[in-house]
Amino acid sequence: MSPYARPKRDRALSVVLLSSAALAASLIVLILVFVFGEARGALRAEGFTAFLTDAGWHPTDGEFGLLPMAAATLATTLGALVMAAPLGIGAGLFNALIAPRPVARFHRALVEVLAGIPSVVFGLWGLVVLVPLIGGGERSGQGLLAASVVLALMILPTIALSTEAALERVPRELLQGAAALGLGPVACARRVALPAARRGVIAGLVLATGRAIGETMAVLMVAGNVVAWPAGLREPLRTLTGNIALEMGYATQEHRSVLFVAGLVLMLAVALLVVLASLFGGAPTATSHGGGASSA
Amino acid sequence: MSTPSHLACLLLLASTAISACGGDAAAGRTETLILTGSSTVAPLATELGVRFEEQNPTIRVDVQSGGSSRGIADARSGHAQIGMASRALKASESDLAAETIARDGVGLIVHASNPLTSLDAEAVRGIYTGKITDWSELGGTPGRITVVNKAEGRATLAVFLEHFGLESRDVHADVIAGENEQAIKTIAGTTSSIGYVSIGTAEIDIEAGIEIKLLALDGVPATTAAVADGSYPMARPLNLVTFGDRTDWAQRFIDFAHDPKNADLILRESFVPISKP
Amino acid sequence: MKSERLFAGLLWTVSMGVCALLVWIVVDLAWRGIGSLSIEFLTSVPRDAGRAGGISSLLISTMWIVSTATVVALPIGLFSAVLLAEGAQQNARFARLVRGSLDMLSAVPSIVFGLFGNAFFCITLGLGYSILSGGLTLACMILPILIRTIEEALRSVPAEQKLAASALGLSRATTLTHVLLPAAAPGVAVGLVLGIGRALSETAALIFTSGYVTRTPHDLLDSGRALSVHIYDLAMNIPGGNGRAYASALVLVLMLFVLNGLVRLAAKRFTKRLAT
Repeated sequence: MSPYARPKRDRALSVVLLSSAALAASLIVLILVFVFGEARGALRAEGFTAFLTDAGWHPTDGEFGLLPMAAATLATTLGALVMAAPLGIGAGLFNALIAPRPVARFHRALVEVLAGIPSVVFGLWGLVVLVPLIGGGERSGQGLLAASVVLALMILPTIALSTEAALERVPRELLQGAAALGLGPVACARRVALPAARRGVIAGLVLATGRAIGETMAVLMVAGNVVAWPAGLREPLRTLTGNIALEMGYATQEHRSVLFVAGLVLMLAVALLVVLASLFGGAPTATSHGGGASSA
Repeated sequence: MSTPSHLACLLLLASTAISACGGDAAAGRTETLILTGSSTVAPLATELGVRFEEQNPTIRVDVQSGGSSRGIADARSGHAQIGMASRALKASESDLAAETIARDGVGLIVHASNPLTSLDAEAVRGIYTGKITDWSELGGTPGRITVVNKAEGRATLAVFLEHFGLESRDVHADVIAGENEQAIKTIAGTTSSIGYVSIGTAEIDIEAGIEIKLLALDGVPATTAAVADGSYPMARPLNLVTFGDRTDWAQRFIDFAHDPKNADLILRESFVPISKP
Repeated sequence: MKSERLFAGLLWTVSMGVCALLVWIVVDLAWRGIGSLSIEFLTSVPRDAGRAGGISSLLISTMWIVSTATVVALPIGLFSAVLLAEGAQQNARFARLVRGSLDMLSAVPSIVFGLFGNAFFCITLGLGYSILSGGLTLACMILPILIRTIEEALRSVPAEQKLAASALGLSRATTLTHVLLPAAAPGVAVGLVLGIGRALSETAALIFTSGYVTRTPHDLLDSGRALSVHIYDLAMNIPGGNGRAYASALVLVLMLFVLNGLVRLAAKRFTKRLAT
């Protein structure tokens, strides 16, 4: 066999790799087709602008204003990220760089367990423990704060575990070099370790944001579910996903179609975010040649 | 190839082994009866199904949930032989047939610490439209009333609105709940709240120690007994819905649900049985 | 240096705070659920709409659903991640397309997954309410998590190892199985742990696909209620079901603990293969 001919195994591997990736990529297309198909009826009947400009949400009366709910989704996602990102990255940093091994192992095991707790359990805990705390027992604590906290708890493991894994992959030589240069842990973390791990951390953040946007059950139980613009930490609001879950089971055909329009709006918003992120993203990978360790 | 796949295969094998040892006597059941729909009726249908399977060894009764509308849609499309609906059929659903197997009252609930025991219709209307905002206006301990309403499309909402002559947009709510239990847990956690749920659900929860209580409406106590004898006005039917010709098993199951011998299952859920001897 | 101490102190506080919060939630769970936990609970099937009996059949359904999801998602996820990590130079545009579509997939609401799964797997593919429908739907949901984490792990394998492998004349396939994967094994483990966690915690997607039936399933085409669906039903639908909801949640958490431990162990042994 010529030394330059690719072995059959490699050609087969290429086919397998390509088809797997193509399959994975086609899933979102299938889902979009499905959602659009279900939403088509309402779009044709009402037109798209009605969903953006109608004053309120009274689907049985023909009013389909989605904007307050879209704002609520944005608010709860941002709120969750604001809380979970620093805590998650901090926890990841702690485990990878500072914690003694047994502490790190215990901490990681705890975070991994958190990753698998059902959304309904978070929702329950939120409803039974957190909400009365926020509301003070007299008024209802269901609203933006409760929803953000519950969401933050749910996305924290993803951020923490991804950050820790990314930091563990930073080549030893980089960290040793930093130490040799006299950098303490703060400076090392800030200027060497984290930038080198940037890709992994961002990957974790992206997954976490996706989870926060799409979370249905837990938010439903603690957000109050009144269709209103986000007005305050203890004021109730309803997210787009919560709306779908709340009304889908009891909706007539037309109403159901309207709910799918909300889903479509959500997916379009995410698509926009993804496009934006890809324009700003693309951090260099850490290599042993230190090619990625750019200074902050 | 990789150890994680080995792990997954191991898990599959392990659970196959476990299920081969244990498991119910579902072997030999050749036919399946599928019910889908209301999550309120689903537990009742599941229990009826278990007893039905015990008495009929060749049938499997599979109960799925998904909401009353799914039940009706599945009955129409044939994905289910019977649809479960926790409400009366609408005018647009006249092509379907509904068999009411139970009735479920809709009662007002407040936190157990609330001193009031009864409300009249005028007070309820005032609270829910936002005209009455403080408990002191009704003779209770002062506190801003937290109004809990149900989500649109729910039967309890429809029954509530119809009884009090309100429109959905008239209601000013502080919290909107989906399932009954969500409303109950909300009210159990907020001393100043008021809401309305299925009476059966509330009764079972009160017995289990949850801190809520049912209010009498216009002097009529909200109990399953009062719904049964007709003195309590707000109630909704629990229906088994079919489309076109019923299959043999579907008809037998519906008759089974009507059988007074099985009324105990309905009573256990604190619903009011509709028996046909 | 003072700022160093402060930073370390801050990280300790943050992490211990997170730990404390998690412990609080788990302890709260345990306290509310321990009363309903017993051997009978683990070995008998649900009775009286779940208010009596146990969860044995549900544990089996859950294991089957999660296993199906893992067995389907892992190979596809692994190969896709390899393509994204390796072939990035050749088909950069394709890679970016795949990555973008996966990011969008990760943000699809779980209830939309459930309704999609119902329409596609249950109805169009004719699988009906079944373990298989549920497992396949879950596989779709955990694919982005798996691919993203594994891709990151593969990308971080030092270039020298790949160069050494090709200098030795190893085929791409051999490089993959004997160099890259062992080196990336910890990252694969993280992806698996997150993926299994997501699969076990999913509720809305499974209600519409693997269904509500509490019977022990006899094959992949039987409907079977997952533990998470049971917890939801007991907590939000069945009056008087609270105690058992928490007990079931406790069992789920223990399952998670064990599964995560197994995954981590497997990854460690796989990495050892590289050292020998």
